[in-house]
Amino acid sequence: MKLSKSILAASVGIAALASASLAHAEPTAEVLHWWTSGGEAKAVAALKKDFEEHGGKWQDSPVAGGAGDAAMTVLRSRVLSGDAPSAVQLKGPSIQEWAEQGALANLDDVAKKENWDEVIPKRIQDIMKYKGDYVAVPVNIHRVNWIWSNPELLAKVGAKEGPKTWAEFNTLADKLKAAGITPLAHGGQPWQDATIFETVVLGMGGPEFFQKALVDLDEDALKSDTMKKVFDEMRQIRGYVDPDFPGRDWNLATAMVMNGKAAMQIMGDWAKGEFLAAGKVPGKDFLCSATPADNGNGFLFNTDSFAMFKVDGEDKIEGQKLLAELIVGKKFQKTFNLLKGSIPARTGVSLDDFDDCAKKSAADMAADEKTGGFLPSMAHGMALPGHLSGAIVDVVTAHFNSDMSSDEAVNRLAEAIELAKD
Amino acid sequence: MGASSSTESNLMASLQRNLSKIVVAPSFAASLFFVYGFIIWTAWMAFSKSRMMPVYDWAGLRQYERLWQMERWHVAIENLLIFGGLFIVICLFLGCLLAVLLDQRIRAEGVLRTIFLYPMALSFIVTGTTWKWILNPGLGLEKMMHDLGWASFKFDWLVNSDFAIYTVVIAAVWQASGFIMAMFLAALRGVDQDIIRAAYMDGASLPRIYFGIIIPSIRPVFLSAIVVLAHLAVKSFDLVIALTGGGPGYSSDLPATFMYTMAFQRNQLGISAASAMMMLATVMAIIVPYLYSELRGGKKNG
Repeated sequence: MKLSKSILAASVGIAALASASLAHAEPTAEVLHWWTSGGEAKAVAALKKDFEEHGGKWQDSPVAGGAGDAAMTVLRSRVLSGDAPSAVQLKGPSIQEWAEQGALANLDDVAKKENWDEVIPKRIQDIMKYKGDYVAVPVNIHRVNWIWSNPELLAKVGAKEGPKTWAEFNTLADKLKAAGITPLAHGGQPWQDATIFETVVLGMGGPEFFQKALVDLDEDALKSDTMKKVFDEMRQIRGYVDPDFPGRDWNLATAMVMNGKAAMQIMGDWAKGEFLAAGKVPGKDFLCSATPADNGNGFLFNTDSFAMFKVDGEDKIEGQKLLAELIVGKKFQKTFNLLKGSIPARTGVSLDDFDDCAKKSAADMAADEKTGGFLPSMAHGMALPGHLSGAIVDVVTAHFNSDMSSDEAVNRLAEAIELAKD
Repeated sequence: MGASSSTESNLMASLQRNLSKIVVAPSFAASLFFVYGFIIWTAWMAFSKSRMMPVYDWAGLRQYERLWQMERWHVAIENLLIFGGLFIVICLFLGCLLAVLLDQRIRAEGVLRTIFLYPMALSFIVTGTTWKWILNPGLGLEKMMHDLGWASFKFDWLVNSDFAIYTVVIAAVWQASGFIMAMFLAALRGVDQDIIRAAYMDGASLPRIYFGIIIPSIRPVFLSAIVVLAHLAVKSFDLVIALTGGGPGYSSDLPATFMYTMAFQRNQLGISAASAMMMLATVMAIIVPYLYSELRGGKKNG
């Protein structure tokens, strides 16, 4: 009895000591992410270094695997058990889903101090905010609608740059095919099929149609003749890929363009990282051009971000605020995006050290933001929550890999969305 | 003093009596909780409105309705029937054939048996990746035949959405038929040699002996083999992921890969739980009659 009492006293003492020492501890942040390889790992290391230089204590929680699926499973169980990490790599509408659960912290005082409303593009602010309050911070902007092409192969059929309209694209691809060159390098994985699909929606329908069809899920737009034309074009594109495409990873498709086995690839600017890593020079060894636009220019963005979860303890809250401030800060935005191949998610960062494709990306973004062409990517989980985009991707990939007619595809599209909604 | 030592020996005695129970108890409790507990929880989830996080609002049979309205689920079920049916039948046939051939007291039987059994030692991921390379038209078999000069050779099942599921059958049969062979071989060796000799004396031919005597006498092994193969088929996941990734499109999806997609990529925990319950029902439909016949048989013998 006596013994247990003294143990109790001792443990209370230790606990008191521990909490006392914690109260004066340095700002701490536990960061859950799945950037574990290549340029992404370097980019996270840059953030860690920056954070530690500002006196913070960084706790790294990398969860690799399944493009974030594994990390999301860990996150769910940690939030359920009341032990959320401070910052989690989350993107798009899933930020809103977590905010609805009441799991995210409010960053408004940092936002005010750092003037985020002025420096972050409006469309990205909307994703980072829940009911008007900042709950997450953006780290980069990837452009999804790029065509990467091999200038040598294009020259063989007399082309100097990527096609400007989808009609031009088809003519060019037919010429390439006639010359015995695979026109399009593509990997047959559902998300890659969807990447091509959304660039065709944007190109053939224009930004306004994209917004209606793939963001607002307007039934008239989904069943419209324009959407049927989009599926016709998808069928056309199916004829421009080589027969071995199913299951191929995107970076292998990029390598095909690099090695002269195929002329073009439609892929986001993470593909640029592959070219640069192989020592290729933009404009000389490879070309970057926006995907064809028949109806006004557009820019599909894919933004990575960190959502800040509610944590207990002064040190953790301080750490979280410091981390948020640093992530949006100019220094980190520059280092990170140079390593990742994307462009900064804020204004005021000098682009002098960036390559020509990144400069073009930033210029197009500024222009398209004014005309309403700056739109969230559906295929990369920016426009719609997972269950809705998943329903669309299912139909797109089923159509691309079968002989489904365009009429059937639009009907199935509308049905699948209806089913996923309720 | 005396009293305490007697209680101590009592304690020891009862400890000894119950030792086996005490040792088994933790794993029993663990499996009760982690297996059956979570089965019940999943069943409950399937009746809830859960999406990203588990919630406990009652949704009735709505998740099952949504599940059965999904085109992708129908593809998965159809694939399971094709895959399961072919996998079981071909494995049984090949396994039985190989076992009978090996049973002919041939030379180097040990080496051959090991060769046939070896695929079972590989993980499904390795099997899937290897077969992916072999069956890829641009890398494997088709390219080799073209390089050898047979230009019209075509084998593109892996990249053809109508046939992708059959490549899964090929890889799975390659992996499992050796194991089934081993089961049959053991059973064949257990058949009473005197009956076979008697049949020889009566002038029965070898095929006649196999079909008339040996195979009927190893009937219980068929049942065990079917149960093993059927549950392998229902739970197969890693093979599909490694071999086809469920593609092209989702044409080679199986219920297990469907469930994974819904739970971990689509934030549709409810539908996912409903599909898990459908898989459980499928396995139960196979296992319960088997267990029933086994247990009843046991009683008769005992």
